[in-house]
Amino acid sequence: MSLGVPLSWLSEGVANHELWAIVLRTLQVSGTALAVSALIGIPLGTALALTRFGARRWIVALVYTGMGFPPVVVGLSVYLLLSRQGPLGGLEWLFTPSAMVIAQVVIALPLVAGLTMGAVESVDPDVRLLLRALGASPVQEALGLVAEARQGVVASLVAGFGGIISEVGAAMLVGGNVEGSTRVLSTAIVLETRQGAFGMALALGGVLLALTFLVNLMLMRLQGTPWWSKG
Amino acid sequence: MSAPCYELHDVRKAYGGKTVLAVDHLVVHQGETLAIVGPNGAGKTTLLRVLNFLEQADQGRIWFEGSLVPYPAPLHLRRRITTVFQRTVLLHRSVRDNVAYGLGLRGEHDERRVDQVLRHVGIEHLASMPAQQLSGGEAQRLALARALALRPDVLLLDEPTANLDPPNVAAIEAIIGDLPLQDGITIVLVTHNLFQARRLADRVAMLLGGRLVEVAETARFFAGPEDPRAAAFVRGEMIY
Repeated sequence: MSLGVPLSWLSEGVANHELWAIVLRTLQVSGTALAVSALIGIPLGTALALTRFGARRWIVALVYTGMGFPPVVVGLSVYLLLSRQGPLGGLEWLFTPSAMVIAQVVIALPLVAGLTMGAVESVDPDVRLLLRALGASPVQEALGLVAEARQGVVASLVAGFGGIISEVGAAMLVGGNVEGSTRVLSTAIVLETRQGAFGMALALGGVLLALTFLVNLMLMRLQGTPWWSKG
Repeated sequence: MSAPCYELHDVRKAYGGKTVLAVDHLVVHQGETLAIVGPNGAGKTTLLRVLNFLEQADQGRIWFEGSLVPYPAPLHLRRRITTVFQRTVLLHRSVRDNVAYGLGLRGEHDERRVDQVLRHVGIEHLASMPAQQLSGGEAQRLALARALALRPDVLLLDEPTANLDPPNVAAIEAIIGDLPLQDGITIVLVTHNLFQARRLADRVAMLLGGRLVEVAETARFFAGPEDPRAAAFVRGEMIY
């Protein structure tokens, strides 16, 4: 099969309403999951890096374990939680984008928290002393350290996003790959491959790669001096 | 002599069971420059950290302008004091942003003040450069500018000219020397350099093994310290 075949499918796809809907849904689900993971994971990772308390070792071990969770196991766990007989069955979220967001948060959160913790811990300890000497409150001190660790913190977001946008096991299990509702790029690629439409699958793979590249470019812009930490 | 800025009573600090600071009594007067001299490991840096309320003394009491200070010290008090550390730590941002940083923490965004201090220390032409690209002398000037931008009541200087060449030492000493006259700032200067202490300080205190062995006006300290160890130190003999 020549390269021209997937490219022609892709060019047809540009005018294809369903393709754009899938791209948008992929961004919505993975973007929401990354935002939630960042909102929880960056403060959690920072707190784990800066504080010492009894249960810290256990929480850190849990975060590290979470960084290696197989997505399909995460999907199965979320499936059981949200299934009709599960403890959260009453929400009726199974096979909806909300279920996919939950599964993706479980995958991305430990990556964001664990890598943020490592990045903040690697900041020169004298920076913490300097921030205090400049009159930082405890919250300002933590923000200042995150700003100094921003290369690593952004890398944690990139890793988290990479882990969820391309993941297929959990998305398939809890989303169900329902056309017009929970079909995202990764599950669409699986479907096209199963149907033998390898060209379309390759074209969708190209779209997924391009999307990941663009989002990572945007995330890398955060590695400059952040607005919330300017003097 | 002006009113006390700091008064320390029976202040002790130990690391890993080893006492590094044991000051029975010390008064730092408002608007004076007090030099702390002594060999390595004498407790000079620890004393500065305690004075900036960055570290809690294991025991003892500290009064600031007549009020007993709790630990952690209130933020409004900590913001009246700042330190220029021996090892220059610069934030990963521009020279200007480094200077503006402390003001930003106070919710102040005073560009004129930033320009003023950059000019004062002679690095206004480097304002937009990344701080990490500065030379040692420029970095030390930036650290001083960052502290001065805050208009502190107390400036704690930990070996501010260590490892600098003579022109940079002269420039930084000129700036430090003018501060008490211009702004009434109280300065506590830690230095290995006895000549620097003589040039800049109103009084000199000598720390040895965490203890103050001599505190005297500068002229008297260098003319004839009462403590034989301080006298030996002034003569340039090896003191441990």
